[in-house]
Amino acid sequence: MYTYTDFDEAFVRERVAQFRAQVERRIDGSLTEDEFKPLRLMNGLYLQLHAYMLRVAIPYGTISAAQMRQLAYIADRWDRGYGHFTTRQNIQYNWPKLKDIPDILDALADVQMHAIQTSGNTIRNVTADHFAGAAKDEIADPRPYAELLRQWSTDHAEFQFLPRKFKIAVTGCAHDRAVIKAHDIGLQIVERDGEIGFRVLVGGGLGRTPMIGQVVRDFLPEADLLPYVEAIVSVYNLLGRRDNKFKARIKITVHETGIEEIRRLVEARFAEVRPAFTGVDQQILGGIRAQFAAPDFDALPVDGFEAARAEDPVFRAWVDTNIAPHRRDDHAIVSVSLKTPGQTPGDASSAQMEVLAALAEAYAYDELRISHEQNVILPNVPRAHLREVHRALKEAGLATANIGLVSDIIACPGMDYCALATARSIPVAKEIATRFEDLKMEHEIGPLKIKISGCINACGHHHVGHIGILGLDRAGVENYQITLGGDGSEEATIGTRTGPGFAYDEIVPAIERILKKYVEIRESAEETFLLTYRRAGMDPFKAALYPDKEKERAHAA
Amino acid sequence: MPRKFTPKVVTANRLIEGDAVWLTAGDTWSPEMGDAELIEDEAVAQERLIHAQSQPGVVVGAYLADAVAGPDGPEPTHFREAFRTRGPSNYFHGKQESA
Repeated sequence: MYTYTDFDEAFVRERVAQFRAQVERRIDGSLTEDEFKPLRLMNGLYLQLHAYMLRVAIPYGTISAAQMRQLAYIADRWDRGYGHFTTRQNIQYNWPKLKDIPDILDALADVQMHAIQTSGNTIRNVTADHFAGAAKDEIADPRPYAELLRQWSTDHAEFQFLPRKFKIAVTGCAHDRAVIKAHDIGLQIVERDGEIGFRVLVGGGLGRTPMIGQVVRDFLPEADLLPYVEAIVSVYNLLGRRDNKFKARIKITVHETGIEEIRRLVEARFAEVRPAFTGVDQQILGGIRAQFAAPDFDALPVDGFEAARAEDPVFRAWVDTNIAPHRRDDHAIVSVSLKTPGQTPGDASSAQMEVLAALAEAYAYDELRISHEQNVILPNVPRAHLREVHRALKEAGLATANIGLVSDIIACPGMDYCALATARSIPVAKEIATRFEDLKMEHEIGPLKIKISGCINACGHHHVGHIGILGLDRAGVENYQITLGGDGSEEATIGTRTGPGFAYDEIVPAIERILKKYVEIRESAEETFLLTYRRAGMDPFKAALYPDKEKERAHAA
Repeated sequence: MPRKFTPKVVTANRLIEGDAVWLTAGDTWSPEMGDAELIEDEAVAQERLIHAQSQPGVVVGAYLADAVAGPDGPEPTHFREAFRTRGPSNYFHGKQESA
């Protein structure tokens, strides 16, 4: 893992000291709220419905045991004993007091963490595949590049006041677990003739106007990464629509300008800025890469694991659902579900964070990840230790075997917390999860991604959910629109709306009708919901959702 | 035609704590919506809002929210404002704890 240099340490500490003085000046009246707001946003501090909210970056989703433990300590000391992991690999605290924020930021700095640029019109936390460095199908670990981008973008003078926020995601695999096509810039590590480079996508994004990112450069040599990304952001900084907040993201710039013209402008700008990058960035990258060297893997026998798997059905179910193939056959990637039915998706109590930290130390080379799907990953676990890990997780209420299934739902905080929300998401997620648990249909339904947003901004990624749910305010009442067929993988697709929305008490039964229809019409148990939708189209699901409309149609015919 | 004025309360979040508060007729800020001054006149509402906005050391983001008279004082008409009087629905946190 990356360790702060003296420069990083001094920079983060100085920023905390600055913010401490800014908070003092706000409280003593020297700063107005209008003056203070951009300063607090630069440091991840929002004001929500019931309290302030502090958003802390977990760069590219990688976190050590000590850092996780500190997040637990912060939750206990200054918040309500829990944290909420988000779809952008951040953690949010929902109840801090303004006067405590500088102390919290100092406590974060103690473990080399910060909340810088987790808000505002800047380059945000650079996210990455949560299986980075461990995945079997990986070309190269994306995290050194993500860290290089983090260093380059942090306090980058040219990019502190962009037209709008700017999100970058990196993956090292062809199979995209980082939703790179829904980011302002998506980077996919590729190999060509033995040389590592990037496929660069631009202009993806969800929100009000969802767009799939387009390829701006098919192969970018590794050494050109920073100047090329700088060229893209620089072109956007000039062209981006500052006149209209709803049209200010780069996806609109790309859409209005056209990818050909964007490519021409980016290449022209790239030619200008490239000479300024004399190779120092590559030296820094080399240093960073050394810090992401794989752990010294223990070669432990797997016989015990196989025996345990054979004899214990609960353990077997968890292994079959929550374990992904590791680059080494004697290791596994463990996804720890934060989606136990009835729980808030993405929330972990301080006690659970302590357990996860202890497990990382004891069995996973001190490393954890946070996924954009709001789960926690132990990326490197010797198979020999899986049973012990499972036992400890079970004790902490963290052994739910539902990764990638109906109850593994992404949900934004929605109107339970968020000042921008138009409806609640959390209770809808909880009720869907408990409903399908009661029906015992989860494993029968199989792989399924439900994603819920409580407003058009789409933090819950509903557009790319196999089933997406969008909560809106329709004449003062919560109303939920459903989209089907979305996909956040390398085959990224925006879902299609089914039709009129559903009231709060109708949305769970509506989802049930969709999934019962799916089970009825699928050609085999292997045909997933998404494949069935692609084959059969919207009509059967529409008929299940709107039976009265169907009757009307039958009568008219 | 301008929309008919509906009764309002002045609400905001406290600067330090960040919790929701309502402006009372006695010019204090109460954590209970029921204590709020229900304003029936549009001109008065604007005046009270300006008064609230002139207290940046106490509250943040003051605005007018729709309300109706209830047995225990003003009540919210919109679910968003109702949440602000209680707290989130996923945990027993916020105002509902002390209610």
